[in-house]
Amino acid sequence: MTEALLALPNGAAVSQNAVPELTLDALREAIETASARGRRVSALFGAPRGERLALYVVLADDAAGLLECGSATLDGDEFPSMTPSCPEVQLFEREVAEQWGVVPRGHPWFKPVRFHRSYRAPRDAWGRAPEDPLTVGVMDFFRVDGEEVHEVAVGPVHAGVIEPGHFRFQCHGEHVMHLEVSLGYQHRGVERSLLGGPGKRTIHYMETLAGDTTVGHATAYCQLREALGASGASARACALRGVALELERLANHTGDLGALAGDVGFLPTASYCGRLRGDFLNMTAVLCGSRFGRGLLRPGGVAFDLEPERAAELRKRLDRAARDVTEAVKLLWDAPSVMARLEDTGRLDAATAAALGLVGPASRACGLRRDVRKTHPAGIYRLVHLPISTADSGDVFARAYVRWLEIERSIEYLRAQLGELPRGPTARECPAPRGGHLAVALVEGWRGELCHVALTDEAGRFSTYKVVDPSFHNWPGLALAMRGQQLSDFPLCNKSFNLSYCGQDL
Amino acid sequence: MTVRAAHVLVHLVFVLAMPPLLVGVIARTKALLAGRRGPPLLQPYHDLAKLLRKGMVRSRTTTWVFVAGPAVGLVTTLLAALLVPLGGHRAPISFEGDFVLFAYALGLGRFFTIAAALDTGSAFEGMGAAREATFSALAEPSLFFGLLVLGRASGSASLSGMLGPAVGAAWGTAGAALASVVVSWFVVLLAENSRIPFDDPATHLELTMIHEVLVLDHSGPLLGLVHYGAAMKLFVFGALVLAVAAPLGGLDPWLAWALFAAASLGLAAAVGVVEGVMARLRLPKVPSLLVAACVLAAFGPLFLVR
Repeated sequence: MTEALLALPNGAAVSQNAVPELTLDALREAIETASARGRRVSALFGAPRGERLALYVVLADDAAGLLECGSATLDGDEFPSMTPSCPEVQLFEREVAEQWGVVPRGHPWFKPVRFHRSYRAPRDAWGRAPEDPLTVGVMDFFRVDGEEVHEVAVGPVHAGVIEPGHFRFQCHGEHVMHLEVSLGYQHRGVERSLLGGPGKRTIHYMETLAGDTTVGHATAYCQLREALGASGASARACALRGVALELERLANHTGDLGALAGDVGFLPTASYCGRLRGDFLNMTAVLCGSRFGRGLLRPGGVAFDLEPERAAELRKRLDRAARDVTEAVKLLWDAPSVMARLEDTGRLDAATAAALGLVGPASRACGLRRDVRKTHPAGIYRLVHLPISTADSGDVFARAYVRWLEIERSIEYLRAQLGELPRGPTARECPAPRGGHLAVALVEGWRGELCHVALTDEAGRFSTYKVVDPSFHNWPGLALAMRGQQLSDFPLCNKSFNLSYCGQDL
Repeated sequence: MTVRAAHVLVHLVFVLAMPPLLVGVIARTKALLAGRRGPPLLQPYHDLAKLLRKGMVRSRTTTWVFVAGPAVGLVTTLLAALLVPLGGHRAPISFEGDFVLFAYALGLGRFFTIAAALDTGSAFEGMGAAREATFSALAEPSLFFGLLVLGRASGSASLSGMLGPAVGAAWGTAGAALASVVVSWFVVLLAENSRIPFDDPATHLELTMIHEVLVLDHSGPLLGLVHYGAAMKLFVFGALVLAVAAPLGGLDPWLAWALFAAASLGLAAAVGVVEGVMARLRLPKVPSLLVAACVLAAFGPLFLVR
């Protein structure tokens, strides 16, 4: 079956004619046997093909370092759901259904994802009429009934200054039996706005897909553009992109460790890490003038060079921050009262994590070896290899500890990189995308795998642009990690995943 | 008689004016331990003044109980504060068996706070009410076991007698029993006043709150009363712990007042240190610590009867 799909490396573009058109049954078999064959689903999306709809799938083969693509055309307005035998596609199928008004027959959890009208209105997977009101978060929640069972609803407006999302708990006293996460409040329709591009706005959309992953998403987009243009970035540009990506990882991981400490009321680490996160963001600002790395990445290279003086300044700041972050985090591991809270809270086993298709630190905390930098390297990661940081307990502690290991390794990596940046130009012209092509780019953002897939029309404009943020894979992981937990541990558990609302809602 | 009146007046001034300062000291200590500068010591007074000036929003589903909660909470705490001797001086109100009134005045205040929370009909507040009721029920026995020790050691059945000059003498004869009472009551102080490791008064995470979630719907002057009452409760429990840990009876009465003020601030700093260096307990572990405190207090009478 595998032979039927097209294998290509990360950051490659192929003519759409080369992408195999399978029968729906063959595509389904490829997806349903994916995990048995050691593949996982990176993207599954719909794209119009004439009057009908085609399903495209991108599977990742981590062992071989290859991606497998294939497509199939749907005959009618429904297809048999693959979720029962391949749970990791459940959200993808709901997304396809919502966007294109097709029904995955037999889907066990068939609910809207983002609460918008279908792209082919008035077609609607739930049979809602165009005049029916469509309110985000209004749907049938799973309910547990009983004399002593109660329901706790949190959000969409939260007590902290965070993004909106709704959480519905079914509880027996303090014991959580089930958590349902309902998002969609941040849906902006980014993917639709990208159609007909690339244009002047495209890169700015990419930088704000998820504000805390600016460099990650921009890197994925640039790699995809360079693949479509049959060009590449210079070694120096790749190295600088790597520096920015690892600084983004450092800032967010440090902030997360501080926030975890804050959630258990452990002040020293909370305050120090809060400050250190700012230090890492300021280092990105030294690089490009923006604390979040906006304006740094452009197709073809990077917009700012790093002169030796500023590289030395960065190294100096890095040494200082490295010393401080080591001390601050050591306090965390050395406090028994903190360890008592982190250990054994929100445990997720490796089998569940694999079945849900988790990515990023959340998957590595369960012992899964999923890190695009190592398994599907692109750019600078082809030359410089970073070990995969894993833990095995799958609890809040493991998710925190994996972050710490990655902080250490990113610092090491940056020290080496800033000392010996490759020479050469920082940017070159990026040709316009070739027409009728498909390109895939995977990047390991700080939260996990970012997958961008683009299809171009004859004129080289985007006819489909699919973004898969790691949050899209990982939200169900949070819901399952909360099963059988204490209601009061939810904020801690939530923080240990620290998922993006706008990255999922797009 | 005029000297007695002067001491009662000082007692009242302490009870009414000092509590917010203790809150300020705790906040400042925590901030210093976390490497920050922290809010000014007098910030809680400004916060109270601000809240009392503000308007108030009330949910349409609430009744008079919602308003009675903070009011009764404050008044009962004030009553309790008038029963506790400060700095070795006799309390303004004192009679045989007044410790029962003390315990149940606090209990009544808690009952109304919980009733006001339930009155809103919010799932959060119901959850907080359940937590508050459970944990305070577990904290109460420690208080009574401690009082049993003190009553026996002093031969008195009023708080002013139990916590008066007799305590200083009792340290010589029943030191072990008193030490266990001090430790147990310090734990009760942390639990009753929703401090770390039991609760985090600074958190914004509704699902982890115990005491704070009970008053989520109170705003403006009502919230001011809640904060003021909470600070006063901290002061009262602090006075209890200090009366046993640092008995001031028999000293020059005015020197005793000064020492009491210093000791109160020191105790607040100690609470701040505990908050600064440790994380919160996981909620299911809270009863274990409270029961341990209770067992410790229960050993007190055993030490006495031998």
